[in-house]
Amino acid sequence: MEVRKVMAGLKDATAIVGIGRTAFAKHLPEDERTLACRAVLAALDDAGISPGEVDALASYTMEETDEVELAKAVGFGDLSFFSKVGYGGGGSCATVAHLAAAIAAGQATVGVAWRSRKRGSGPRPWTNTAVQLPTPGQWTRPFGLLRPADEIAMLTRRYMHEYGATRDHLFNVALACRNRANQNPAAMMYDRPLTREMYMTSRWISEPLCLYDNCLETDGALACVVVSRERARDCRQRPVYVHSAAQGLPAQHHGMVNYWNDDPLTGPAWTAARHLWKHADFTPQDVDVAQIYDAFTPLILLSLEGYGFCGRGEGGAFTEGGALEIGGRLPLNTAGGGLSEAYVHGFNLITEGVRQLRGSSTAQVPGAATCLVTAGEGVPTSALLLRS
Amino acid sequence: MLSPVIDPEGAPFWRYAAQGELRVQACADCGEPRFPPRPCCPHCQSFAAEWRRMSGHGRIWSYVVPHPPLLPDYAEQAPYNVVLVELAEAPRIRLVGNLVARAGARLDSIPPDRVRIGAKVRVVFTDDGVPQWVYG
Ligand SMILES: [Zn+2]
Repeated sequence: MEVRKVMAGLKDATAIVGIGRTAFAKHLPEDERTLACRAVLAALDDAGISPGEVDALASYTMEETDEVELAKAVGFGDLSFFSKVGYGGGGSCATVAHLAAAIAAGQATVGVAWRSRKRGSGPRPWTNTAVQLPTPGQWTRPFGLLRPADEIAMLTRRYMHEYGATRDHLFNVALACRNRANQNPAAMMYDRPLTREMYMTSRWISEPLCLYDNCLETDGALACVVVSRERARDCRQRPVYVHSAAQGLPAQHHGMVNYWNDDPLTGPAWTAARHLWKHADFTPQDVDVAQIYDAFTPLILLSLEGYGFCGRGEGGAFTEGGALEIGGRLPLNTAGGGLSEAYVHGFNLITEGVRQLRGSSTAQVPGAATCLVTAGEGVPTSALLLRS
Repeated sequence: MLSPVIDPEGAPFWRYAAQGELRVQACADCGEPRFPPRPCCPHCQSFAAEWRRMSGHGRIWSYVVPHPPLLPDYAEQAPYNVVLVELAEAPRIRLVGNLVARAGARLDSIPPDRVRIGAKVRVVFTDDGVPQWVYG
């Protein structure tokens, strides 16, 4: 125990020992609360831990099922830690990070993180013009910059102009995700292959982004269970250790409309990455597989730069030559990601990272021992380094 | 069309725009301009602010061309351009707007293929006091 006390904070102090999910579909009949209960109970069953042992929870501020509802429905014990993280998909990895911090600090012993969302059945969030945005909509919405896709397309056009990135680079991202989804029976796009012809002739959403540059609209829920490394040894599954974890909100950042600072094309990924790598025993070159937040294809190019896989402006070129495919330099989003498996605010990227390090992915990277998982780029974000 | 939902910090911008003036918030102590407006200066933490008049000249930093699904008033004009204009006097301030043929013209009054990054533009105002941009 003396050794543990002088070790740095979070490193390998906790592990993900259970994952669970519902089906993914455009429309599921059950409500979000029921889906949340199913995913959480599936994750606990996967771990071999009873609901009564859970004493910590973490989710997103956008999560509609609150702690009280979940706890009384599935029969949790007394909770001593619960937190919610803001900024939509930017909070995905932070849910695990908060649980890891709470458990490492002795504030809790068994943590559950979850996300349940009927984004497929529900209205598109941008159609609610009454909602107040982090950056007031008075500066963007009257001019017809209405949707997240429009806001990110603005940065994408500038990125392509400055660095010579092309639609083929964006296609490489969409294709890698779709190819992995075609190997994953749970993915919404399992039986729908993508070709370059389909991509290049698809309808525009917000030029330069087309239909296939945008994530899916999904009903579904996911959860995972976090415990201390000591407790993890007694669980049903091989532990996947939380090696390093970070949140990132850069100075003078403005969210998805990051238009008012010196360098709008460096975002929260850069900030999260500095902390993530500072506390890690390995480097980007040692990452076997990556699950990178993909609400839009250009977020992958920015994240590849931000997390240190290539230099500024090299994100497009990095995707060439099958680099993101199985057998490539950095296999990406191996269950299909938000673009082709399911869009549940990035939680399916966490669970797929766990499957890769257990050796049970439907698109397994042989011998994968390290995985980067990231949350939404372009909003205050978070990231995890997982290892087996 | 969506009218600006004006908050107290943004109100001076729209008040000046209604008079045909483009002004941005600046620190009254260190002089640093800032956008969007906020309670205090991130450089020197002063709460003293002024609204500095801009020449109205800038360059297109980036642009998008939205297509439906959009809100009905915008879908009716799509595809249209939305430009991000870097102000000549304050390059870190990039205003979202529309490049149009003349003041008050529709969002689709300039064909999307005529919009270029780097193009020089200047501000004009609609009768309702909304800034727009024209070439020149
Ligand atoms: Zn100042």
